[in-house]
Amino acid sequence: MAMQAQEIEALIRKAFPDAQVTITDLAGDGNHYAAEVIDESFRGMNRVQQQRAVYAALKGRMDGPSGELHALALTTKAP
Amino acid sequence: MSNAESRIKETITNNDVVLYMKGTKMMPQCGFSSRVAGVLNYMGVEYADVDVLADDDIRQGIKDFSDWPTIPQLYVKGEFVGGCDIITEMMLSGELDQLFEANSVAFDKDAADKIREANA
Repeated sequence: MAMQAQEIEALIRKAFPDAQVTITDLAGDGNHYAAEVIDESFRGMNRVQQQRAVYAALKGRMDGPSGELHALALTTKAP
Repeated sequence: MSNAESRIKETITNNDVVLYMKGTKMMPQCGFSSRVAGVLNYMGVEYADVDVLADDDIRQGIKDFSDWPTIPQLYVKGEFVGGCDIITEMMLSGELDQLFEANSVAFDKDAADKIREANA
């Protein structure tokens, strides 16, 4: 069920190669993370659009009761 | 249109502020839902709460509707505003006050300021 921080970072980096990505394991249980993603492509997007793009990069890992990630606190912005 | 989609449209059309959450506003079942419900309760906002745990069709339907994979989800005047992280950021920055003001949603400004003071 749990997911490694490196795995999350790799998925985000694949979609946003030039982004500044910081992942924090909030609870130390591999299930509650915070991710900050700062990317030029976010410029002009509102927060919903920015975070939708990050969720899309995670390709369904967040989804449903069987999702591997229960909690990913997202902060997104343009540099 | 699926049944879930038409029910969601009806709910967010008939209520100015709607929170899709796990549990109810009086008894949230998840920390993230609890945080957003807590903000709205404290600000004295009148809103409809929909418990997605009580209805599997809505639980999946609301994610498809907004193209957003997580719960809670806040809607104001039929528009998706965001989930827990966005609402928290907007609360602290004052943008949530502005959104409510722009949509004629009544709230307690002093309470909103108190939350910001406590988190400054």
